[in-house]
Amino acid sequence: MDNLIFLIAGMAAVTYGPRLAPFLFLGDRKIPGRVDAFLKCIPAAAIGALIIPGVFNAIPEAPVAVLCGMAFTIIAGLWKGGVIVPVIGSVLVVYFILLL
Amino acid sequence: MTEMARKAVKAGIPIFIGYFPAAVAFGILAKGYDVSLLETFLFSAVVFAGASQFIALNLLVSGVGYMGIILTTLLVNFRHFLMSAYLSRRMGALAGKYKFLMAFGVTDEVFSVLSFTPGSLSKTFVFVLQVSAYTGWVSGTLAGYILGGFLPQVLTQSMGIALYSLLLAVLLPELKKSCRILLLTISSGILNTVLVKMAILPDGWTIIVCIVVIALAGAFFIEDELGDSVDG
Repeated sequence: MDNLIFLIAGMAAVTYGPRLAPFLFLGDRKIPGRVDAFLKCIPAAAIGALIIPGVFNAIPEAPVAVLCGMAFTIIAGLWKGGVIVPVIGSVLVVYFILLL
Repeated sequence: MTEMARKAVKAGIPIFIGYFPAAVAFGILAKGYDVSLLETFLFSAVVFAGASQFIALNLLVSGVGYMGIILTTLLVNFRHFLMSAYLSRRMGALAGKYKFLMAFGVTDEVFSVLSFTPGSLSKTFVFVLQVSAYTGWVSGTLAGYILGGFLPQVLTQSMGIALYSLLLAVLLPELKKSCRILLLTISSGILNTVLVKMAILPDGWTIIVCIVVIALAGAFFIEDELGDSVDG
């Protein structure tokens, strides 16, 4: 394969640009309330689309194991909170189901 | 270690667990396609964007030109623009001269953890979180390239749930507090499912459309309560 450095540099530039631009142009500048409300809704909107429907295909061979793992996440997350136990626990749940 | 750093490490470990095996897969794939070790390392170290790196390898092998791959990368990664827009407001003046580094580390998972961390974010918290994500991705890439499939396959497979579990776990405390966030999240997931099934948008754009449509709806219909609870 020929020199990939140019490809990597180009990919890095078009990835970093959109990540950086808002920090340069938005920051703590005054913006209309409606725009601010829009920005505040971004996390909830983003996380829904990041999880669904991707999660159903997280492990294509074992959708049921994934559902059990996510159920564990919900129970552990609601009960104790935090992220370590829900995440590591869900991996273990899937692991044991796959071993069965 | 300060309290903030400890909290960030705790949040960073699940990201590491999610990124590492995915990066191992990237390293193995790149080696299989005869990409050099240095180039594989640079892909992960300077682009640092999971899905787009896999797509780039695929397109390379199918003979797509560099411009085509770069354009695809722009499309696939453009959702980070919206995530940075949120984070830049959240960090405000705090980002200061560190914004150039901070912007580099904006990934889906780092963004999600930061968004749903209550209270104000310190620089330490952001950097420790980003460094754990970055180390997971870069070290996984090198390990995959050099060692190949050294992790047991069942374990690698099981770790495929880690990032989804993380996203859900950071969201749960907010869901307990507010039905409105639940409403936004679920509608966004449903909209995304429909868009993915329709298969008319390029990779990465279904998420962008969901964020814009759902956040606009949220801004017009339920702004006050949501603003309060997210800013906490």
